[in-house]
Amino acid sequence: MDVIVDNLPTYLSGFAMTARLTLISGVASLVVGTVLAALRVSPLRPLRAFATGWVDLLRNTPLTLVFFFAILVLPQFGVIITSFQGAAITCLTAYTSAFVCEAVRSGINSVGTGQAEAARAIGLTFGQSLTHVVMPQAVRSVVPPLINVIIALAKNTSVAAGFGVVELVASGRRIALANPGEAVIVLAGVALFYLVFTVPAGLLAGVVERRVAFSR
Amino acid sequence: MTSVLYDAPGPRTRRREAIGSAIGTLVLLGVLGAGAWYAAGRGVFTAERWDVLFDPPKNQTAAAVWHSLLVRGLGATLRAAVLAAPIAVLLGIFLAVWRTARHRWVRWPAVAIVELFRGLPVLLGMFFALLGFGWSAFGAVVFGLTVYNMAIIAEIVRAGLAALPKGQAEAAYAVGLTRAQTLRVVLLPQALRTMAPSLVAQLVVLLKDSSLGYIVGYAELLKSIQNNAQYFGQAYLVSLFAAGGGIYLVVNITLSRVAMRLQRRTARTLGTAAPDTALLPAGTVVDPTGGVAGGGRPPRLPPPDR
Repeated sequence: MDVIVDNLPTYLSGFAMTARLTLISGVASLVVGTVLAALRVSPLRPLRAFATGWVDLLRNTPLTLVFFFAILVLPQFGVIITSFQGAAITCLTAYTSAFVCEAVRSGINSVGTGQAEAARAIGLTFGQSLTHVVMPQAVRSVVPPLINVIIALAKNTSVAAGFGVVELVASGRRIALANPGEAVIVLAGVALFYLVFTVPAGLLAGVVERRVAFSR
Repeated sequence: MTSVLYDAPGPRTRRREAIGSAIGTLVLLGVLGAGAWYAAGRGVFTAERWDVLFDPPKNQTAAAVWHSLLVRGLGATLRAAVLAAPIAVLLGIFLAVWRTARHRWVRWPAVAIVELFRGLPVLLGMFFALLGFGWSAFGAVVFGLTVYNMAIIAEIVRAGLAALPKGQAEAAYAVGLTRAQTLRVVLLPQALRTMAPSLVAQLVVLLKDSSLGYIVGYAELLKSIQNNAQYFGQAYLVSLFAAGGGIYLVVNITLSRVAMRLQRRTARTLGTAAPDTALLPAGTVVDPTGGVAGGGRPPRLPPPDR
């Protein structure tokens, strides 16, 4: 146990980095993902095709591959990586936005057709039926999957450990290598920091989900 | 559903859409073209940066390069995944059954295991085995993949069991089957069939995650790309990555297609054979696009994310 207390500053700085990566890429991918979802239902075909291609490509690519591309392959194109942290945020955002897009899109699809039909039937315009009828219902069923996407993002930030960012896992690896006898305890400490975020967030998603299920 | 939101376009709207589409296409092509032009300016497309794939320098044969990519690289990736997948499925089923125990205190260790492992990054599991237990890189990859996916599969199977109508178990008990028989003969086969698409989707995630082996020093596909690039020169990284990434995409998309087909078939058979589908919680057979984060899965589950 002492090893955790002794290295608390290292843990905390790793946790701060993980939190920063999660927060910044979380917000960014929510924005990008929603835009992508909007593109995917838009009447303009090239936009739709672009969003579909983007989502399919990134969902079928391992995140490690995305990082590998950004950090090792892009410099061959003459792109200079000035900050590993920035590169990590870009990769995580690109990757997560595909999942956000899917969550938002299936949320929009989950609203019954009758709702939109009824809205149109009483004479609401496209904008009105979207803002007053479809979106409020879609948002509710989108929140639990979105929380899950963010939990996954928090765990995915660990991939950055392999590409020059010292976040939780990388800090844990450093401490573990310095204290080889106590590696299990050191890594259990890292696990604790993750669980502090993922377990409550998972419970929250469950609660929200049950609320939504009842109100249907 | 979206088309319900607006009227069928008239001639003017259609013209506007056509113009918008044209502009959109031009912008997209322009961006792509600019990227390609820029890359070409840096000599990315010249033959001497791609010949490694068909006529490599340094007296090597193309067969040797592809052997290192496909047999050694992809082979190692698949070996880890193929070993981890069945173990994860078996342990997952075991945990799911354990969670159906009647007494709360018998049940809670299974709940704790599932909640614990699905809240941790796969990479951390790998480092546990690598640094904590002193395992080989291969063992670490298999351990990390198994432990995480076991927890997720336990959740999938549990959702499948929970979605079965109560009458199934009641009928099994009524004809005198024991609890174990009921599970084995009646409940699990049905639950696994309903959940087959989610299971396959999760196996795709497992395969994707095997690329994390690169970080813990396991010589898989990404590593063999890097090794080749180190040997032939960094300039070849682009072509080698294109080949390796292409392999990944082909394998993953093929598996995803299998999952989708399974899902459609499951939906069809259930729709005709079992009228009980109405009792499934909404979204149990999830939309064919794969729902959230990689594959059809019931909404209560965590995303396989990655």
